[in-house]
Amino acid sequence: MRTATPVGGVARRGLGRGAGWALAAGVPLVFLGVFFAWPVVSLVLEGFFADDGAGGRVLDLTGFVEVLSEQRTWRVIAQTLAQATAGTVLALLLGLPGAYVLYRCRFPGRTLVRGLVTVPFVLPTVVVGVAFRALFVEGGPLGWAGLEDSFAAIVLALVFFNYAVVVRTVGGLWERLDPRAEQAARALGATPWRAFRTVTLPALGPAVASAAAVVFLFCATAFGVVLVLGGVGYGTIETEIWVRTTQFLDLRAAAVLSVLQLVVVTGALLASARARGRRERALHLTSERTSSHRLRLTSASDVVPAAVTLVVVLGLLVLPMAGLVARSFRGPDGAWSLHNYVALGTTGGRNALSVTVWEATANSLRTAALATVLAVVVGGLVALVASRRPRSGSGRRAVGVLDGLFMLPLGVSAVTVGFGFLITLDRPLGVDVDLRTAGLLVPIAQAVVAIPLVVRTVLPVLRAIDPRLRDAAAVLGAAPGRVLRTVDGPIGLRSLGLAVGFAFAVSLGEFGATSFLARPDTATLPVVIYRLIGRPGAENYGMALAASVVLAALTATVMMVAERLRGDRPGGEF
Amino acid sequence: MGTTGSTRPGRGLEVRDVVVRYGATRRRPGTVAVDGVSLEVASGEIVALLGPSGCGKSSLLRAVAGLEHLASGSVAFDGQDLAGVPVHRRRFGLLFQDGQLFPHRDVGRNVGYGLETQGVPRAERETRVRELLDAVGLAGYERRSVATLSGGEQQRVALARALAPRPRLLLLDEPLSALDRRLRERLAVDVRETLRLTGTTSVFVTHDHDEAFTVADRVAVMDRGRILQVDSSDVLLRAPASAQVAEFLGLVPGDELVDEPTGR
Repeated sequence: MRTATPVGGVARRGLGRGAGWALAAGVPLVFLGVFFAWPVVSLVLEGFFADDGAGGRVLDLTGFVEVLSEQRTWRVIAQTLAQATAGTVLALLLGLPGAYVLYRCRFPGRTLVRGLVTVPFVLPTVVVGVAFRALFVEGGPLGWAGLEDSFAAIVLALVFFNYAVVVRTVGGLWERLDPRAEQAARALGATPWRAFRTVTLPALGPAVASAAAVVFLFCATAFGVVLVLGGVGYGTIETEIWVRTTQFLDLRAAAVLSVLQLVVVTGALLASARARGRRERALHLTSERTSSHRLRLTSASDVVPAAVTLVVVLGLLVLPMAGLVARSFRGPDGAWSLHNYVALGTTGGRNALSVTVWEATANSLRTAALATVLAVVVGGLVALVASRRPRSGSGRRAVGVLDGLFMLPLGVSAVTVGFGFLITLDRPLGVDVDLRTAGLLVPIAQAVVAIPLVVRTVLPVLRAIDPRLRDAAAVLGAAPGRVLRTVDGPIGLRSLGLAVGFAFAVSLGEFGATSFLARPDTATLPVVIYRLIGRPGAENYGMALAASVVLAALTATVMMVAERLRGDRPGGEF
Repeated sequence: MGTTGSTRPGRGLEVRDVVVRYGATRRRPGTVAVDGVSLEVASGEIVALLGPSGCGKSSLLRAVAGLEHLASGSVAFDGQDLAGVPVHRRRFGLLFQDGQLFPHRDVGRNVGYGLETQGVPRAERETRVRELLDAVGLAGYERRSVATLSGGEQQRVALARALAPRPRLLLLDEPLSALDRRLRERLAVDVRETLRLTGTTSVFVTHDHDEAFTVADRVAVMDRGRILQVDSSDVLLRAPASAQVAEFLGLVPGDELVDEPTGR
């Protein structure tokens, strides 16, 4: 034991540790600053300033006046809010029974169903759009419903995605909720429904609110689904930004719309953050084993949710995917064949693409791998720093701010990020490298989108480590670095497997930002699929279906491997 | 394990006028958990800190371990002031109420954790782990997962883990409180024997006076951040220093003890 200069030694060690933490927080902050804040802020400013004709910029709010006086803008805003509200309400109504059945009841095959429910969340938006379209087109399995290009089809597709968010967020809390409170209410004469309404639902409140805010956010900023399913007459703020930029080249109007979207999103994020704070305080409940019971098919309070869940899983989740797969195996003449898959080696009918679909697949895997490395390193550092509980009040506040900052990309639309990259990163910070041609822009944009998911997956696990476990290690002689390595490391590592899976899956399916940034020869799978749908010809449509199946299979495989790696520990929020 | 010349082996733990505050900022003083406590624990001695919940006994223990910041006062061991010595260099052991076993390690690797940090070679580590599991009555449990253990077994493993690196001082924070009564009574005897056997200097925090009297050589009665009296069990029972102490020890006021407050 070295005790020669205890005071000086301690001071120096403390200083070194402080520098280490500053670095761990600084690297992500710089990354977020350059690749998120700067592009987004530049874009926002684009909406507030105009050229003064002499090479300078002047504050000019006429852009807002112009855009806001258009009827089209108000229709788009109304459609965005209606779509997000309907999607959120329906996802909650269907998701609550699902959370009960999958997290509060035991039945054979539960793990499988839980996995199945998660798959849609990570499926690329373009794939889901294509799948629902195939379902509702004339001649499709549900063609009789007349829902092609309809609001209802979009809402159903959004619920398809976000069902998992509700089930997992609410279910995660529900399975650890002590059942004795509800039992006490029952013993006091409450009916099962009354006990649920007066005891269980209020206890689940924070999780429900948190899920609702996140789902609202995802629904309000949905891009690929709306673009593929919406048809011509339909648009949200998100697709409108894209249309104004790429079709009309009206950057100012796009910037103004981005600002409007930021306002909507910030509101939802604030609500989410508040709900989440309350939820994390409410943790430490009971172990899962005591709270779940065998599914009772004799009591209505189990049968009704089970029936709802069965219908949702089969009708809303399985049917569209099965329909997509089945359609992909039908050739242009309608007979069963591998024709569409063989065509993946070509560039499509009338050369719709610049690369073959297989080349695009290779592009996707390459960019996603790069994006995953970036997202896991940056997101992992953020989670590590944000999981600390500094002794001082200002330190705790700083940690809270850091945590909140890195949720922002979750709320700011990917289209805004991609658009912002376009206008700022030609010469980043005055450095003479055009990142747009370096091929790094797409992975970086995808990483920005994936980082919040990595943080949300790893952070709850690190936060759930009892601080006294670290104390125990320290008392047993472990220096702070060793505590990090032997306590936080092994426990956090299990969630890191899931985080890697999420990051990879999200990057594979990322469409909003990528569609802005990918060049024709480096197009990724989602970009290629969207292009194929937009081109005429049964040939191209068939290829789009087959390519969607390939992308879905890749994503599902990644998620399944990740779930395996996760082991038995409770994961994050999604 | 060289120690500097200023230390005086054998003097044990010396706590001087220690104050621990929570939630203190520049503007608010915060709440005082430990309010100027002094306590000495001789080498090889077992002292119990006895008091109702919230009296500051756990805070005092955590301050001794180096897990809480001292607002004022000092903690010294064998004459060496521990100010500025971080937790992991104090060579103390700490046993939590709920064990706090590492969930990702099996029983053997939990017990061996402290030896790993000291860099003890593997073979020697295994011998020591076997020896300690034997001592706490869990021979052959090395490869068991900690999740499969009962509450009593978990506490035994936690005790073995705390003793494995041969701590100069063992701090036990209500180690038996989470267990049921019969197990608690039996384990209290076992803990006493294990500590005696290993000659470990110990501070044992509890709110149960029977437990305190079973385990400790001397008992410090604590209330609202202050120590009221420190004595051996028979002196405490025979001559509680105040009505408060008598009441807390379950010596109902109204009998002869109150008539002769000093008892001698």
